[in-house]
Amino acid sequence: MKEQLQEIKSRALANMQAAQDLAALDTVRVSVLGKKGELTAVLKLMGKLSAEERPIMGQMANAVRAELEARLEERKAELEAAALEAKLAAEAVDVTIPGAEITMGYQHPMNKVLQEVKEIFIGMGYTIVDGPEVEEAAYNFTRLNIEEGHPSRDRSDTFYFDDEDQVLLRTQTSPMQIRVMEQQQPPIRILAPGRVFRKDEADATHSPMFHQIEGLVVDEGITMGDLKGALETLIKRLYGEDAVVRFRPHHFPFTEPSCEVDMQCFKCKGKGEIDGQICSTCHGEGWIELLGAGMVHPKVLEGCGIDPEKYSGFAFGIGLERMAMGRLRFNDLRLIFENDIRFLSQF
Amino acid sequence: MKLNRKWLHEEFVDLKDISDKEFVEALTVAGQKVETYERLDAEIKNVVVGKVLSIERHTNSDHMWVCQIDVGKDEPVQIVTGAQNVKAGDLVPAALHNSRLPGGIHITKGKLRGEVSNGMLCSLKELNLTLNDYPYAIEDGIWIIEEDCKPGDDINLVIGNDDTVVDFEITNNRPDCYSIIGLAREAAAAFNQPMRHHEPVVKGCGEGNLMELLDVEVPADKLCNRYSARMVRNVKIAPSPAWLRQRLRANGVRPINNIVDITNYVMLEYGQPMHAFDYRYIGSKQIVVRESVEGETLTTLDGTVRNLKPGMLVIADGEKPIGLAGIMGGENSEIVANTTDVVFESANFDGTSIRQTALALGMRTESSGKFEKNIDPLLTVPAVQRACELVELLGAGEVVDGMIDIMNYVPQPRTLPLEPAKINALLGTDISEAEMIDYLRRLEIEVIDGQIQVPSFRPDLQQTADIAEEVARLYGYNEIPTTSFRSETAEGGYTGTMVLENKTGAVCRCLGYSEILTYSFVSPSIFDMIRLPADSPLRKTIRIQNPLGEDASIMRTIALPSMLSILAKNYAYHNADVKLYELAKVYLPKEGQLLPDEPKRLLLGCYGAKVDFFRLKGEIEAIFKGMNVRKAAYTAVKDNPSYHPGRCAKITMDGVDVGIFGQVHPLVAKNYGMECDVYAAELDFSALTGLLAPAHTYEPLPKYPAVSRDIAVVCAEEITAGQLESCILASGGKLLRDVRLFDIYRGKGIEDGKKSMAFALTLRADDRTLTDSDSESVISGILAALAEQLDAKLR
Repeated sequence: MKEQLQEIKSRALANMQAAQDLAALDTVRVSVLGKKGELTAVLKLMGKLSAEERPIMGQMANAVRAELEARLEERKAELEAAALEAKLAAEAVDVTIPGAEITMGYQHPMNKVLQEVKEIFIGMGYTIVDGPEVEEAAYNFTRLNIEEGHPSRDRSDTFYFDDEDQVLLRTQTSPMQIRVMEQQQPPIRILAPGRVFRKDEADATHSPMFHQIEGLVVDEGITMGDLKGALETLIKRLYGEDAVVRFRPHHFPFTEPSCEVDMQCFKCKGKGEIDGQICSTCHGEGWIELLGAGMVHPKVLEGCGIDPEKYSGFAFGIGLERMAMGRLRFNDLRLIFENDIRFLSQF
Repeated sequence: MKLNRKWLHEEFVDLKDISDKEFVEALTVAGQKVETYERLDAEIKNVVVGKVLSIERHTNSDHMWVCQIDVGKDEPVQIVTGAQNVKAGDLVPAALHNSRLPGGIHITKGKLRGEVSNGMLCSLKELNLTLNDYPYAIEDGIWIIEEDCKPGDDINLVIGNDDTVVDFEITNNRPDCYSIIGLAREAAAAFNQPMRHHEPVVKGCGEGNLMELLDVEVPADKLCNRYSARMVRNVKIAPSPAWLRQRLRANGVRPINNIVDITNYVMLEYGQPMHAFDYRYIGSKQIVVRESVEGETLTTLDGTVRNLKPGMLVIADGEKPIGLAGIMGGENSEIVANTTDVVFESANFDGTSIRQTALALGMRTESSGKFEKNIDPLLTVPAVQRACELVELLGAGEVVDGMIDIMNYVPQPRTLPLEPAKINALLGTDISEAEMIDYLRRLEIEVIDGQIQVPSFRPDLQQTADIAEEVARLYGYNEIPTTSFRSETAEGGYTGTMVLENKTGAVCRCLGYSEILTYSFVSPSIFDMIRLPADSPLRKTIRIQNPLGEDASIMRTIALPSMLSILAKNYAYHNADVKLYELAKVYLPKEGQLLPDEPKRLLLGCYGAKVDFFRLKGEIEAIFKGMNVRKAAYTAVKDNPSYHPGRCAKITMDGVDVGIFGQVHPLVAKNYGMECDVYAAELDFSALTGLLAPAHTYEPLPKYPAVSRDIAVVCAEEITAGQLESCILASGGKLLRDVRLFDIYRGKGIEDGKKSMAFALTLRADDRTLTDSDSESVISGILAALAEQLDAKLR
């Protein structure tokens, strides 16, 4: 009987090893350990053994059974692993086949750049405000210290709706300064982006409609140094920490002192030329004009009921198109309003 | 405003050793921005004065000549020319081998019909000069030089090209800088160099006295602040000397003759426009500065007949206008070759009046451009003196004693207190008072006992803020320390509407729509393009009175046409599958309001393979979900002529119309040149922002399982899904949690004119698991209601 057990065991182990799938392995299990299996049959003969032999053989048979069962589980795990591996291998894909087409829309490049500017100023505590595009001459000109008869009020420059030249399409976002200041006492810290309109035929560098971003800060003790700080922060965030900024005097009727702000040309690094050729980005100037700014004119403050002896402020106006064109490196304004999807989807 | 550096350093400030780049940079940061600058000799290289030693006929040509030219070297060079005006002994411009001429022309040696030519002899034109610059030359031939020069001299030196012309952008507040003197003052200040001033000296002693020869009256005293005049007799009209012609040319002014050149020269130098009248043609020897009257005309110097409107300021004689004040003289009193007696006018006219007249007549001139800016009235006398001085210097005539000078204003010296503390507070600087006084001194602004003596050429200095700018620009804007203001900590951010705009834009982009920006002004033809009914209130627009053109003349009241025109543009470019959105303002005039309302519309537009009504509807629903607005109801619209009558729906929310969408009517699409199905939605974004649903709060997750039951009912074609759904919802009771249409079937097994609609229903109770009989009773109630109300029977 002992030999018989050994023989069953070694045969069963060999069969388990030979089984190449779970079904074959199960056949082996049934043929050995099943109700009618060989080992079961041997165990049934136990009763015929002597009382001395029975425990010894019983122990032996149980050991064989335990060993076979353990091996069975082991083999099962091996086969399962192999089966999974084969399945996964069969499921492999060509990862270079293009992904399923999910079309995402694009934000207009103008608004994309505007968004960046807005976020920068929000971070500095500015509130974004909005105002009318069809505007009164009083807000667009008079209260900004631009008197009757000033050339910018001419019908050759400004679109008007009435005979008295009182209602117009705003030519700048600066009227928002007045609208905010007549509603609110300092501290004021706002950013007012929006559309503006001037009577220019559309070409690569002109558009009858474009965008400006107006900024206004009014409080006690605001200085020109603060103005420089705010604008330098903006420019460095937009164009990188190494952007070189230049402030130079200029004139706006509603700020005094006034300035324009230039950034050193990123292409020629301020040299004005590249390999002996005039730099096409800055037209040889070495600088790119970015925006106009200044300290709010005392008359403008006064006109809004803000005491210029107590408060001071700064204001700035950024041409969004110029900024976006510089940032995204395109050079024809008409692309902006043509809205060709091949253009829009580049950004 | 142009400035040539040679004039500057020869007459006013010694900045000869400063490089062009340094000069330009310094002036720009000190407040006079340089637009461009150019070396006048940049285009001409290796062209020298040559002396013709000998000239012989070319043996192989009957019109060419072979010249031996002394170009200042040991050996003469041989140059072949086709010109016929050259003879031995002449000085000529010789472009040598490897030379450059204006227009990028490159001259090299070569052979002309077998004869070696080591370059080219040049005409005036080839050197970019005209007969105005060298009146003794001839038009078509080599320039025979009559200047003081010798063989080998660089031609650039001979014609005064050893110079740089700097073009400044002058701001409106600085009329004084529209002059060489004004810019010289700025340059002197920027470099802290002394400026040389020149007081014109006139010898006079011409025959007679001006007071007896001419009478001037200024009835239009409001429009003419000052009128100064002097007279010159025995004038010899001739070309001006080379130095004067060169200065004019460098500044872009064409030399004409000595008298005209002098007026132009003085205008450049002082910024004071001048005019010269031929005394012969001043009727009754009287000048009257008056407003023109009805029906008057004047032929101006350019030969154009001008119909004058009453109120335009003219210079008249006893009878008729002889000049358009401050703009252009009249042909009837023009300086001509045989002019012998000249009256110089140096006046100060009202800027606005001049500008309006120039604009009305469409003739802005150098002179009117200067008057527009309101010039210093103190300039008229020095300018007319300078003109007379130049007449004497040039030997152009004899200046008559006496000057007419009519002043219609009272000069009022102005002072401003110097307030160093205020200036420093505004700038954020710590500049000492002494330093400030020094900056002002450099600008020729004197400070006496703390009082700034505002010069009459600086009308822009009105208050301390203006003084702060003067101080700052010489201190250097870039030297002002950069600071970050200290203020109450403010919380920045967007308004609620802007937050919603940002969110909505993001949803649109997720759905595949790209953002567009379109013009606010449109053509009145857009209404017909979208077949808008003639009586639609949207046709009431506000109109631009001076538009760029008819197609940009009205402010849009509807944004659909803008969307369609952009879709059409993309379609024309063969861009496939285009989906676009715009948050567009429209401009709606409102009774009793000066300004129109400017609400925003959300426009969606698309064409291509994957668009249809239900996709668009689903996208709109997604946008509503993103915005978190209240529940939308959809009703069919059959009579909106812009849309397909069977594929258009109106959206309402709490009874408020918030939009319309559907397939664009094929006739409208065709109007835009699109031969495909186009879909669009117009949502009233501003209205939607007022229809927000309450913010979401947590609802406990269900504890008990839901039961799903599907039903399919057969009903007439006319019955809509919406009707069936409402009926199901109304009859389902509180256990019915969701209804979803999942199938529509027509055909075999369903009789004609009917359809089968299948709905998935979700039933659930919050307090127990539903039993079969619970759901049975709900379903049978629904079926009964469907059968009764809509004649929809269980299939």
